[in-house]
Amino acid sequence: MTFVDEFPGEAKLVRWHFGVSFVALALGGLFGILQGLYRTGYFRDALPINATEYYAVLTAHGVLLALVFTTFFICGMFVWAVTRSLDRPLASGRLAWAGFLSMLLGTVLAATAILNTFVPALPFEDSAVLYTFYSPLKAHPAFYVGAALLIVGSWVVGGDYFLTFREWRKDNPDSRIPLQTFMVLTTFIMWYLATLGVAVEVVFFLIPWSFGWIETVDPLLTRTLFWFFGHPVVYFWLLPGYVAWYTILPKLSGGRLLSDPLARVVFVLFVLLSTPVGFHHQYIDPGIADGFKAIAMTNTMMLLLPSLLTAFTVVASMEHGARQRGGEGYFGWLRALPWDEPAFAGMALAGLMFAAGGFSGMINAGMNINYLIHNTVWVPGHFHLTVGTAFALTAMATTYWLFPQLTGKRLQHRTLAMIQPYLWFVGMALMSNAMHRGGLAGLPRRTAEPLFQDAGGSPFETVVGGVSEIQFQIAIGATLLFTSLVLFLIVVLGTWLSRPRIGELRVNGSLPEPLSGADDGPRVLDNLALWAGIAVLLVVLAYGVPLWGMVENGLLEPGASPIPV
Amino acid sequence: MNIHRFEKLWLAASLLLIVAFVGTIVYGALGAGIAMVDDSGGTVDPDDPASSPNFEEPGVYESADGEVDVYVISRQFFFQPGSNDPIRVPADRDVTFHVASADVTHGFQLVGTNVNTMVIPGQVAEITVNFEETGTHYIVCNEYCGAGHHDMEGRVQVVPEAAFDGQEVSDS
Repeated sequence: MTFVDEFPGEAKLVRWHFGVSFVALALGGLFGILQGLYRTGYFRDALPINATEYYAVLTAHGVLLALVFTTFFICGMFVWAVTRSLDRPLASGRLAWAGFLSMLLGTVLAATAILNTFVPALPFEDSAVLYTFYSPLKAHPAFYVGAALLIVGSWVVGGDYFLTFREWRKDNPDSRIPLQTFMVLTTFIMWYLATLGVAVEVVFFLIPWSFGWIETVDPLLTRTLFWFFGHPVVYFWLLPGYVAWYTILPKLSGGRLLSDPLARVVFVLFVLLSTPVGFHHQYIDPGIADGFKAIAMTNTMMLLLPSLLTAFTVVASMEHGARQRGGEGYFGWLRALPWDEPAFAGMALAGLMFAAGGFSGMINAGMNINYLIHNTVWVPGHFHLTVGTAFALTAMATTYWLFPQLTGKRLQHRTLAMIQPYLWFVGMALMSNAMHRGGLAGLPRRTAEPLFQDAGGSPFETVVGGVSEIQFQIAIGATLLFTSLVLFLIVVLGTWLSRPRIGELRVNGSLPEPLSGADDGPRVLDNLALWAGIAVLLVVLAYGVPLWGMVENGLLEPGASPIPV
Repeated sequence: MNIHRFEKLWLAASLLLIVAFVGTIVYGALGAGIAMVDDSGGTVDPDDPASSPNFEEPGVYESADGEVDVYVISRQFFFQPGSNDPIRVPADRDVTFHVASADVTHGFQLVGTNVNTMVIPGQVAEITVNFEETGTHYIVCNEYCGAGHHDMEGRVQVVPEAAFDGQEVSDS
């Protein structure tokens, strides 16, 4: 039975989440192509923005994609994962809708403040503070209130997952937690812990400060609270991708997941290690002793472990599937995989690209190596492979498989859907590789104009090629990515607007049992309270002393006055 | 829990890789002597760093024992000194940059080098470097700092020891 027939209320909730998510994706992508062309100097005179407005474009691109597209998609996808794997409706539909509305209201407030730069008739005022909103650069209060509502809304939706699980537990006191629900709950334990940082930053400092109720804030403290959240948020993006790779991809490959217990181990490791690492974004910040940075680095390096384990399990599951389909040989089995299946191709290519992103992340994580690439265009080159592909492309691929089950409609424009992941892959390979190389040459990120135009020769020295060639590749890559995004939107919109029940669905929601099931793993893996407790302890160890050092001279000291954008 | 032999091998190789990575960093710190920017610079008034004794007149100073200290204030959208007048420092000497902000968060990077630090209001970033060769380095602000961020740039000129007139204050 299709998901929409079994859980019509939940299917509607997921559709609304996905709908908002895709609107943010469309707008964010539009800002992305604008920014890519402007920055690289192609058709600059024809573009409707100037150098100052570039930063509002950049803010909109970052906020809409990194915070809005992701959060809505994840909260929606997890509603599906919880209800499907527990085989019961949400404990409270009303609660989940309340959370959704809070997220939507927050998004509208923040987006209105950002878009004010282009449409001055909108309420609020310029808020081009980028998605990191470092104080004392100040946005309109609506921006911060919007951010808070978005996060609180996600807490509320997440609360519904736990309530639903609690009801299920009453009926199934001795069963192992179904794998997808286990993944959702562990991801949200991490999310609750991580978002505490940004919630405190926004609610206790930036909102009162932007309204003028307090005069100053401590830029280092607020920045540290941001990065307390700012690294685990990348695992909040990544883990739903892992949910898809562990539970959907093996089926699409024609086989089964290799090991359920190892999947649980991986998620537990993320709960423990995702948060006490934020200082690795502050390696070259003054005001933080290097010992705390070294602790964060060690934790970060340990985080490689769950991702390396995932690489093994996911690839092995794909190989198992390929051999079920008749694949043979050491590498010949790769040919037996369904590369013409959009959902499979999207997830597999996203996984491949994540491997590259993982390696550039290892460079970022190297404390002293970080000097060379910190705040260069290498960094966005890296995270376009991770959130921009491992998450985004997996989300699109998941949509191809899941959306028909949420609507009862066959996927339309299947040929476009088949091309789309490959186009994304090629576009991202060009753009991201060029950005990494540009970063090594010292090209900074987040800047509207080429620097040192009057210097008579560029100070940016590349190993091979040159800056203009790098910019050309970025522009071509961005154009291909935007084209790929348009294809995705055509497929989704076409499917959504198509008439229902024309032909059988090509997909069904049943997911095969893993080769090694949950009962092969120790029961302690399901002890969520234990893992949450250890995670809190690790955070206290990593953050307790340095945060105390920042607040002991006064919560608002050294205090910086607001500087409007 | 049943773990396949290949997976055990993979696990061991992964752990080895992690240890090796941490090893490269330890080597960088202890062997190559790369120190991290830390809290040694102390704090200043975020709204008015020039009220702090060291930043009253930003510029290049040579102390009695031959150390060179460069005090720089970053503002929307210039480095003082650095943007209007290049910062002149000698080659083959330890030069310590002390960088503070007078308004928002900035970045201070000499393009293509390890001289790269955040400049956070209220904090003084300290970074010591020994320039082996003479020539010009380009300073970029590599953190978004407002509408004119892309105009925020400067220069460091590394001059031969003989051409360096100590006690120099390159005011802007």
